[in-house]
This record gives sequence, C-alpha cells and structure tokens, in this order.
Amino acid sequence: MMKKTLLLFFVFVNVLMVNAQTTEEIIQKVKIKLEKVNDYEARGKMKTNVVFIKAPIANVKVFYKKPNKLRINNESGISFIPKGSVNINLNNIFINTSGFDMIDMGKESKTNFRIIKLLPKDENAEVVLSTLYIDETLSLIRKAKTTTKENGTYELEMSYGKYADYGLADKVIFTFNTKDYKLPKGITFDYDDGSKKEQTPDKLKDKKGKVEISYSGYIINKGVPDSVFK
Amino acid sequence: MWKLLKIELFKIFKRPRTYIAFGAVAAIVFLFQIGLKFDGKSYLDLILNNVSDSFEVSDDFKSRLLNGYFICFAILNILLIQMPLLVALIAGDSIAGEANMGTLRLSLTKPISRTDYMLVKFAASVIYTLILLLWLAVLALFGSMLIFGTNTLVVFRSEGIEMMNSFDVLWRYVAAFGYAAVALTTVSALAFLLSVFAENSIGPIIATMSIVIVLTILSEFNIPIYDKTVKPYLFTTHMVAWKGFFYVQADADNKTIDGTIQNLPAILRSMGILIAYIIGFVGTAIWIFKRKDILT
Amino acid sequence: MNAVIEVKHLTKDFKDVKAVNDLSFSVESGQVYGFLGQNGAGKSTTIRMLLTLIKPSSGDIEIFGMNLLKHRNEILRQVGAIIERPDLYKYLTALENLRIFAAMSGVKVSEKALMDQLAMVGLAERAHSKVKTYSQGMKQRLGIATALVHDPKLIILDEPTNGLDPQGIADIRNLILHLSKEMNKTLLISSHLLSEMELIADSMIIIDKGKKVVEGKVNELFDPAETVVELKTTDDAATYEKLQQSALKNMVQGKRNDCILLKLHRDEIPAVMKELVQMDIEVLSFYSKHSLEDYFLSLTAHPHVETLKN
Repeated sequence: MMKKTLLLFFVFVNVLMVNAQTTEEIIQKVKIKLEKVNDYEARGKMKTNVVFIKAPIANVKVFYKKPNKLRINNESGISFIPKGSVNINLNNIFINTSGFDMIDMGKESKTNFRIIKLLPKDENAEVVLSTLYIDETLSLIRKAKTTTKENGTYELEMSYGKYADYGLADKVIFTFNTKDYKLPKGITFDYDDGSKKEQTPDKLKDKKGKVEISYSGYIINKGVPDSVFK
Repeated sequence: MWKLLKIELFKIFKRPRTYIAFGAVAAIVFLFQIGLKFDGKSYLDLILNNVSDSFEVSDDFKSRLLNGYFICFAILNILLIQMPLLVALIAGDSIAGEANMGTLRLSLTKPISRTDYMLVKFAASVIYTLILLLWLAVLALFGSMLIFGTNTLVVFRSEGIEMMNSFDVLWRYVAAFGYAAVALTTVSALAFLLSVFAENSIGPIIATMSIVIVLTILSEFNIPIYDKTVKPYLFTTHMVAWKGFFYVQADADNKTIDGTIQNLPAILRSMGILIAYIIGFVGTAIWIFKRKDILT
Repeated sequence: MNAVIEVKHLTKDFKDVKAVNDLSFSVESGQVYGFLGQNGAGKSTTIRMLLTLIKPSSGDIEIFGMNLLKHRNEILRQVGAIIERPDLYKYLTALENLRIFAAMSGVKVSEKALMDQLAMVGLAERAHSKVKTYSQGMKQRLGIATALVHDPKLIILDEPTNGLDPQGIADIRNLILHLSKEMNKTLLISSHLLSEMELIADSMIIIDKGKKVVEGKVNELFDPAETVVELKTTDDAATYEKLQQSALKNMVQGKRNDCILLKLHRDEIPAVMKELVQMDIEVLSFYSKHSLEDYFLSLTAHPHVETLKN
C-alpha cells in the first residue's frame, strides 16, 4: 500500500518535473541576467497618472541595491511614490526563502511571450501570486502581475534597450491599486469652480494608478551607499 | 480728492487700532510658521491619512511637502477667513467712528460733497486693506519661503490633489493676492455700508462679521437645496475663488500642464460678482448717506 | 443792508414732530446774531440746516445771496462752525486737528498761520499735545480755532459756552466781540441763556417749538422802559399796601409769593430807591431785569418735545 502510494507520488512529481524543467530553465536564465546587477543608480523621468492627482513630470533618480533595496528619489520636487514601487525591481519577484511553485501557462498568442505563474511556498509571504510574461529568446520579463495580500495587484510592463543585457528596462510602467481619496470640505474649504462636474463617474471609479519611468541611463555596479535607502 | 485721501490715510495710520490688525496678522502667521517648523509632520498626518495607504509617506517626502509655498497656502486658507474681521475693524469704523467721535458733523460742514467724502473714505479703507494684504504676503509668502524654502506646491482638495512645479507657483500667488484684495474689498464695502447706519463702530464690525460667518457656513456646507438656488449668489461663495489659481489643468494622463489654470472663466466670473457686490454696497451706502440727516 | 443769511419759511418734520415750523429770519453782515431758545426749541435743527447737515422739509435758505443747496461748497468755503460740543480727533494733536480741518476747508494754510491761530485761542503751548489730554474749555477754544482757521466770513457757533466755567465763558465772550468788532465777521450764535446774548448780540431771535417768538435789535428788544424789578422786603404784604398808596403805585405790577414786581424805566431806579427809603420800607433785595427775560423764562414753563439730543 505504502509502495503503491509512493510510486504514484513519484510519477506525479516526475510529471511535474518534466514540465518544470523548461520553466525552471527560463526562469533561471532570467535570474542569471538579473543577478549580474549588484546595484545601480539610474536617472529618469517619472510620469504619475492617478485619477485624483495632477502631477508634473518628475526628474527622478532610482537607486537599487541587492537584495531588495530600492528607492525612487525626486531630484528636486515632490512626487507621490506608490507603495510597492519596490517591485519595479524585478529581482524582487524572486526573493522568497522557501521557493516557488511554478506553473507554465503556455504562450500568449499575440506576443509569443511565455506566461509563467509563480506561487510562493511560504504561506505567510506578502506576495500571493506573480504572473510573468517572458520573452524567451532574450530572457527578459516583459510583463509581470503581482498579487499581494495587503496592497492589491501590481502590474509591470517593461521595454528594453541599451541595458537589456542586465535585464534593466528603458521604460517601466507600474500599475497599482489606489484607495479612495476624499478630504472633508471643512478642512479644504474648496473653491467650487464647477470643473469637477466634468469628470464622469466612471473615471472616478477607476482606482488604478500608473507610474511610468523612462530611464535615460544607468550606472551599474559602481556601489550605492546604504544611506540613500533610509 | 487726493488731498482728502491723504488726510484719511493720515488719520487711519495715526490710530493705534489700525496696528492691531497688523499685529494680529503677524502673530497668526508667526505662530503658524513656528508650529509647522517644529511639528509640521503631525499636521500633515491629518491630511495625508487619506493617501498614506497607497503612497509612500516618508519623512523626506513630508519635509519637502512642508515648503514655503505650501505653508503660505495653509496660512491663507485659515487667515482669509479671519481677515474680514480685521478689515471690518477699519471699514466699519469709517463713518460710524466719525459719528461716534462727533467729528462727522464738523467734516460734513466742509466744502466737500458727501459723495466725494464717501468715496474718499471708502478708498482709504481699501488702501488699508491692500496694505494689510501686502503685509500678509510679505510675512506668509516671503517669510515662509525664507524659512521653509520652495518646492513643488501640493494642494489638497476635497476630491483631488493638485501639484505645481515650484517655478510655476509665484505668479499664482501674485494673482491670488490680487484676487484676495477684491474679496476683502467686498467685505470692506459691506462694513462700510453698515457703518452708515450706526453711531458707533462696534455695531457694523460685529454685524459684518456675523454676516460673513453665516454666509460662509451657507457657502461651504453641503446643503443640496441651496447649491443652485442660494450659493451662487452669496459673495462668500466667491471669496474663496483665489484658490482657483492653484487648480491646474492636466492632460489626458493627469499630467499637470505648467502655467495653466483649470477654470479661469469661473474665477473671472466670481471676481465679476464680487465687483458687482462692491459697487452695490458702496453705491447704496452713498445713496443713503447723501439723503441722511446728520443728527450725531 | 445786505443779508448774509436769509431764511424763508423754513420747516423740518421729523416723522410726526415739527422741529422747525415756518421759520423766517435774516442775519445782516457784520452782526452778532443771537439765536435763542430753550433746549429742544429747534435751534440745533435750524443750525444744522444752515450747514447742510439736515435737509429742510420745505423753505429756502440763502447765504451770501446764494441758494444754499445749489451753491453748497461755494458757500461753506466761507463758513466756519462749531455744532454743539467741539468734538475733534482725540488721538491727534491740536496742530494736527487744525491742519486737517484747514485742508478740508479747501485753503492752504501755512504752519505759521496754524500756530498763530492756536496762539489766538491760547493753545500755542499745547499745540503738540493730544486732544484727549485737553480740558473741556481747551477743547472749546480749539474748536473755535478750527472754525476760524480758513478765515471764513460767516461764523456759526452752536451753544459755544456750554459746559464752560465762568472764566471760560468770559473768554469766549471776548473772543466773539473781538471777531465781530475788530475782524468784522458775521456771527450767528445759538444759546439758551438770554443774559449771555444780551451782552454780545446786536440782534436776536427767540424761537419756541420751532416757531419765531420775537426777533429784533437787542437795543430795541431791551427797551429800558421795560425794566422789571423784583423787590423783597421784611414784610411784603405791608409794603404792597404802602406802595399802593404811594406815588409809585403805577409801577406796581403785582405780588408774587416771594416778591413784589415793579415795572419802570431803568433811569427811574435811583429815584425809586430813594422813595423806598423815605417810606421807611426795609428792603431785603432789589433785583432789576428786563421784562424779556421774564418772558423768555416763561417759555420753559411748558414741556418741550426733545427732538434733538444734546
């Protein structure tokens, strides 16, 4: 009885392994690329698109340091940086001490990107599920959707250029969930210029925010002091 | 007329009472600045409570937010509700005070028409208002810029957040102070009108304040049946339109467009309404005063 | 004679009270014109109408031969006035007050002229003190200085001696005589004290309930033949009997409970005194006054409607 069960188990695991090997390979290649980067300092322009915020384009510096430190600094002005923006660092997806279950979801028909779902084994992990869209030929993640316990779902969309060898994107679009925004009128004493009535109710219900960073250049592996992440 | 105006201004600025307002403005601004300098972050928590769920609210973020432009906006937000009292202090006194002192009857036996007399009196209280506002601008704007520096201005509205590049702010303050001058002149005109009826200045000052407070409550509170019927006609509704200069236009991606105002026609319309009120108040004051028997 | 003020059928109604009722009078150039009446008789209302502070309900006012309402500013440039209390800006100095009212009168007055004006009313030393530190008499004098600072032809003073001590009253009286006799100004002065007016006025009018009672030149109104004597003796009843039998009997007007009234020509007083002595009458007091005064006092006997507060 015991044997039978064990055998069955091995068969099952084996089936999984056959599939997993290819996904594992793909992921491995992606990880190797990403692991070439110990730290970087990047310059870029950040565009925030949140329905209730009118923000100017910001000149930002993005700092990264292994394993999971990331910081977006507005060089002179003020920007609302969404929580979870640390995830624009793709390495972050793979940080999980207990490893992942991987599920190959096949290819996206239009783009031919491989879709792989990562399920952290640790039940207490903040990330519940990541779905990666991977360009197999270049070993680059083009899109990632991450579902978290506390902070909803993030979506990343990358386009690559000069720094593709390091797995670093030229442009990242980070989509995130925003909570409702409302302040009591007794605090704001708004002037009613009649303009807010132009907004359609649908637009207000759309609680997705977007941050788009276009990088102009990276300085890779030249060391970044810890102090910038404070 | 200019000579008479000089006399009026001389009288205003010789009175100790005049400087109460300057002292009060300085005290409020100064206390506000000190408070925010040392405990600005907890002040921000109240406002940021709403966004801290979705956005990083670091200390660095808060200290950038608390820049001179932001502080000035916060001061104006509070002070422009209190300023009418200070303006009424002089405008409400302008005729009633003379009546109370007994100097009105002597002044009116001088070869000056009552219309001229009234225009000069009103002009003097407008000049006082402008100087007070200039004083406020120096302390609240330039003072805060000096103490807190400048940065992007973030304006928290009830239903959204407006952000302006720091180079795109100063002209908005110039416009806003200009608008505030018109708004306070409206209060001044009201106090001036009430001043015609009274024989001491306390009455018009208190009456002006009461009217402004009641109408402000009507203007600011959400009572749907008043929204279309009453609110658009109250001058208090339009007194806050200076804020309109800090409401920017954005493109389809919600990107701030530098140098723009969300709804300039609305601001100009509001200003037009205030000017109509001023003309109405002052015109009525002169009309009544010309026919009035001086018995004081 | 040219009239400086010509008032015709002037009437003022306050709601249901007629404060001034069909009043006509004229003030001639160079005169001191006494404007008499009890409190509430309509003096202040009339003066305020002369100064355009109150609009008449009907009637005409001409000053310097011009209609007051049509030529207001032109006329007022030549008029100086104090209306009731001489209230000034208490937080300003005397000099500052004077400067302001000179400027408002539309004339340019040099600082020296301002100081001369203050010197004339005896306030040169206090020129730089704030008016709130002034006594009532000083304020009154400063008020007069402000009324005179632009060298007006016509001066209107409403109750100028109100609230002053005897010395203050005498000072004002002398000032008025100086303005009239030496500076040739025309003055209209209101008062409720007949005796005061008798000393300074050339002509006067007495009004009551807004209406003219008498008007005329002082020397005519105070005809010496109309002198009244109030006589008090040790025994008024006996004296009265004695007088009825004597040569003085035509003078006896009657008996009040506290005195006997005689009417006589002022020149007859010494002879009457002598006669009383000869009749062995023991005189306690012998007070002579003009009959107008009695009449004037009798006006107070009826209640007046207060139309203006003082």
